[in-house]
Amino acid sequence: MTTPTMNRRSFLRASGLAGGGLVLGFYFKSTGRALGAQVVNASAGAPAAFSPHALIRIAPDGVVTLISKRPEMGQGVKTSLPMIIAEQLEVNWKDVVIEQGDLNAAYGDSQGAGGSSSTPTDYEPFHRIGATARTILVEAAAQTWGVPAGECYAANAAVHHRPSGKTLEYGDLVAKAATLPVPDAASVKLKDPKDYKLLGTRVGGVDNPKIVTGQPLFGMDVKLPGMLYAVYEKCPAFGGKVVSANVDQIKGLPGVKDAFVLEGTANLRGLMPGVAIIAENTWAALSARRQLKVTWDEGKVADTSWDKFVAQARELSTKPGARVLRKDGDVDAAFAGAARVVEAEYVYPFISHACLEPQNCTAHWKDGVMEIWAPSQQPAGAHGLVTSTLKLSGDKVIVHLTRSGGGFGRRLSHDFVVEAAAIAQKVNAPVKLTWTREDDLRHDHYRPGGLHFLKGAVDANGRVVAWKNNFFTFGNGAQPGSGGNLGGDEFPGRWVPNYLAEQTVFDCGWPMGPWRAPGSCIFAWVIHSFIDELANAAGRDPFEFRLDLLGERDQMPGGGGRGGGTYNVARMRNVLKLAAEKSGWGRKEFAKGQGAGIAFHFSHRGYIAEVAEVTVAKDGQLKVDRVVAACDVGAQIVNLSGAENQVEGSVIDGIGTMMFQELNIERGRVVQGNFHEYPMIRIADAPAKVEVHFPKTNYPTTGLGEPAIPPIAPAVCNAIFAATGKRVRQFPLSRVDLRWS
Amino acid sequence: MPTYKLTINGQSHTASAPADMPLLWVLRDLLDLKGTKYGCGIGQCGACAVHLNGVPARACMTPVSTATTMKITTIEGLSMDGSHPLQKAWCELDVPQCGYCQAGQIMCAAALLAGNPSPTDEDIDGALAGNICRCATYLRIRAGVKRAAQLMAAG
Repeated sequence: MTTPTMNRRSFLRASGLAGGGLVLGFYFKSTGRALGAQVVNASAGAPAAFSPHALIRIAPDGVVTLISKRPEMGQGVKTSLPMIIAEQLEVNWKDVVIEQGDLNAAYGDSQGAGGSSSTPTDYEPFHRIGATARTILVEAAAQTWGVPAGECYAANAAVHHRPSGKTLEYGDLVAKAATLPVPDAASVKLKDPKDYKLLGTRVGGVDNPKIVTGQPLFGMDVKLPGMLYAVYEKCPAFGGKVVSANVDQIKGLPGVKDAFVLEGTANLRGLMPGVAIIAENTWAALSARRQLKVTWDEGKVADTSWDKFVAQARELSTKPGARVLRKDGDVDAAFAGAARVVEAEYVYPFISHACLEPQNCTAHWKDGVMEIWAPSQQPAGAHGLVTSTLKLSGDKVIVHLTRSGGGFGRRLSHDFVVEAAAIAQKVNAPVKLTWTREDDLRHDHYRPGGLHFLKGAVDANGRVVAWKNNFFTFGNGAQPGSGGNLGGDEFPGRWVPNYLAEQTVFDCGWPMGPWRAPGSCIFAWVIHSFIDELANAAGRDPFEFRLDLLGERDQMPGGGGRGGGTYNVARMRNVLKLAAEKSGWGRKEFAKGQGAGIAFHFSHRGYIAEVAEVTVAKDGQLKVDRVVAACDVGAQIVNLSGAENQVEGSVIDGIGTMMFQELNIERGRVVQGNFHEYPMIRIADAPAKVEVHFPKTNYPTTGLGEPAIPPIAPAVCNAIFAATGKRVRQFPLSRVDLRWS
Repeated sequence: MPTYKLTINGQSHTASAPADMPLLWVLRDLLDLKGTKYGCGIGQCGACAVHLNGVPARACMTPVSTATTMKITTIEGLSMDGSHPLQKAWCELDVPQCGYCQAGQIMCAAALLAGNPSPTDEDIDGALAGNICRCATYLRIRAGVKRAAQLMAAG
C-alpha cells in the first residue's frame, strides 16, 4: 500500500459512505438495535469536524475519533493500528474514541485482515496519517498566534507555543485547521521512536469493556427492526445438489415464515445449493430444520474418503511424485555415500477453523440495494462474491463490518455471506442467517491434511547432506488447496546440497481454505521433527545441529517461507540462540519422562524460535510445562499486551491442534459434528508458563497473528522424544501411544 | 404458545415461547440480551453460561419452561456497571482476544469465586473445564481469576 495522498477532495469524500452521494444506511449501534434508516449526505456531511484523512475526525469539542478500517477478530488491530495514529497525533489514548469502519472506498484498500499483513501494511502509512494531522494542527495554532510553526509543538491533544507558554487545544483549532491545505504525507516529520509514549506499552483492547459486560459487538448480535431468522441446510457431501425437499410441510411448522430451495453454484467457496428455512426466531428455524427431509444428488464426491487417499499415497510413495518442486544436487548418490540415512512417514489430518462464533450474516434486500452485516476478514471479498453471484452492481451492495468471534482464516471465505444475501433476496425483511456448530464443522474450508515421505542423510561429521520429501497433498484440480502447497524454497531447501522435494495433489472435491499460518502451521512440524531425527541420527544436540544447519551466511537469497522475501539467516540464528539461552537449553537436567525440544520457523515476515518443556507420564499423558518463544518481528512492538497475547494464544492453539484435532472425511463428508467429537484444547491442557521475548531489531515492524504458531508443534514433539524416546509422526497426538516404562 | 415469566438480572420479563425453547434463544432473540453466546448448542463450549439461582448453567441446554422459578443472572447483570472484580481484572490484564467466549468464562469464574475466594490453578482449571476459548487466552484467564480474587480480598 502506498501512502494515501490527502487532499480536500478525499477528505470530503470520506465523510460519506462508499460511492458518495445519498446512501441509505441502517446503523447497528451498541444498543444492538439499528436506529433506522438514516440519510447521510456526503456534501452536507462536510463536517464541523477536522478530518484531514478518512480515518481521523477531530470534533470542535475536542473528541478525537479514529476509524479502525480492518476487521477485528481477536488479533487486536482495532486497538493496535489506531495506536499508531494516536502516537503521531499526540493525543491521549484514554480520550480517543475508536470506531469500526465499514467497507468504504475512502479507506483506500480491500480492508482485509489476513496473512499477518495488517501491521506491515499500515505501519508506515498510519504514522504519516497521524503526523500529517498533527502538522496541520500545529500550523493552525501558529497562524492563530502569528508565530512561526517551528516555535510550536503538539502534546496532550493541544498545541503549545514554546516561548510564550500559550496553549490551544485541538478542539479549538478545528475550524482553522479545516481551512488549511493538507501537506504531502511523505513530507511530514515523524516522531523519533525514542519519544514514543504509547507504542510499545501494554494497552487493553478497546472493546474489552463491552466484551466483559456482554454488550452486542459480534455479527451474531446484529438485530434489525422486523428481522427474521434463517438456517440453511446443505448437502452433507461437499458440493451435492438438492433434488427435492419437503418445503411445503416445513412452511406449515410453528414460527416458520418461509422455506425454499436455492439452486446455488458449483463454487465450493461460494453459494452452494441448499434449503433455507426462514422463521421468527432462531429456535423456530432450528426446530423446523429437524423436520426437513431433503433428497440430495451427492455426485462423485461421495466416492472419496481420507482413508482411501492415505492408502493411495502410501502405494505411490515409492515412485516419483507428480511434480518436482525443487531439485539440487543428487539425493540418491548422497544417500548411497552417507554415514546415516533416516526414513520416515509423517501424516496429519484435515482440520477445521472452529471459530467459536459460528458463521453468520445479516442481510437486507430493499429497493435494489443489498445491505450486509458480516463478521468478515475481508469485506471487499464478501462484497465481490455477493455482487458476482447475485449479479448486482458494486454500488448496490453495502458491507458493514462487525467484530468476529475468531477468524483464523475462515472468514476470508464468504459462503455464509452470499448465502445470507441470496436468502434475503427472497425475503421481504432483514434476515439473519445463523450456522449451527455442525454446519460450521461440516462446511468449513479446511486445512488440508497431508503425507510426507521423508528420507534424509548425515555425513560422518554429522551434517545434513541429503533431504528428500515426497509430499502428498489435496486440491481441486491440479492446484493444492490453500496451505497444501509446499514452497520449493521451504526450509531446508537451499541449505542442503542434495535436495529433492516432490508434490502430488489428490483432486478431492473437498473445500479447503487458509488456516492460521497456512502451510507453515503444519510444514514446520514435519520439517523440524525430521531435522530432530537427523540430529539424533548424528548423535548431536538438537540446538547445535540447527545452528550448524543454518550456517554462517547472514542472508539466503531466493525467498523463504510463506509471505517472506529473502530469508534473513542472521535474524533466525539470533532468535534460535535467544530461545535456547532464555530457556536454559543444555543447562537443565531432566528426569525420565521430562525433556525439552526446540524448533524455529520463518513465516509471515516473522522469525520465531520456540523451546518447549514437557512431562509425559508413564500412562502417556502429556503436559506442556513451559514454552519460551523468541520472536523477531522487527523494530517496534506496537501494543505489547496484544503482541504477548497473540504469541501465548498461538502457542496454546498450536498445542491444542496437535493434541486433539482431526476430521474424518468419509464418503465426501465430514464425520464430526460438534465439540464432543472435535475436541478443542481446554484450560487444564494449557501450559503453566509461556515466556515471550521480542528482541528489537532494525527491520520493519511486522505482524503476529500467525508466525508464532508453526514452531510450537515440532518443539513439543521434539521434547516428547527427549522425554520418552518416542517420535511423533502422526497427528493428532490423541492417536499416538506415548506410554513408557 | 405459552407465556413464561422470567426473573433475569433482578427484573421481571415475559416471553412467549414453546416450552422446549432453550433459555439461550429466549435471552438472545426474544429479550435482546446478546451477551449470552451461542457456540455449540450442546453444552460443550460454555459460551452460553448463565447463573440459575447462583449456579452456573448452560443456557443452550436449559428449556425456558424449567427456568421460570429460578433467579437468572446473565453477564449483563453480573454487575450494574462492569465493576465486578472479574470484569475489572479482565480489562486490567487485557484477557480477551476475540472475546466471544469471555462472558461464559466470567460467569463460570464468578460462581467459582463466590464459593472459593482464593482459588488455585487447579481450582480454576476445574471450574472452567467446560469453557472453550478458541483463541486460547487460558493463561490470562487463570491470571484474571487470581487478580479478581485479589481485588475481592482488598474489598
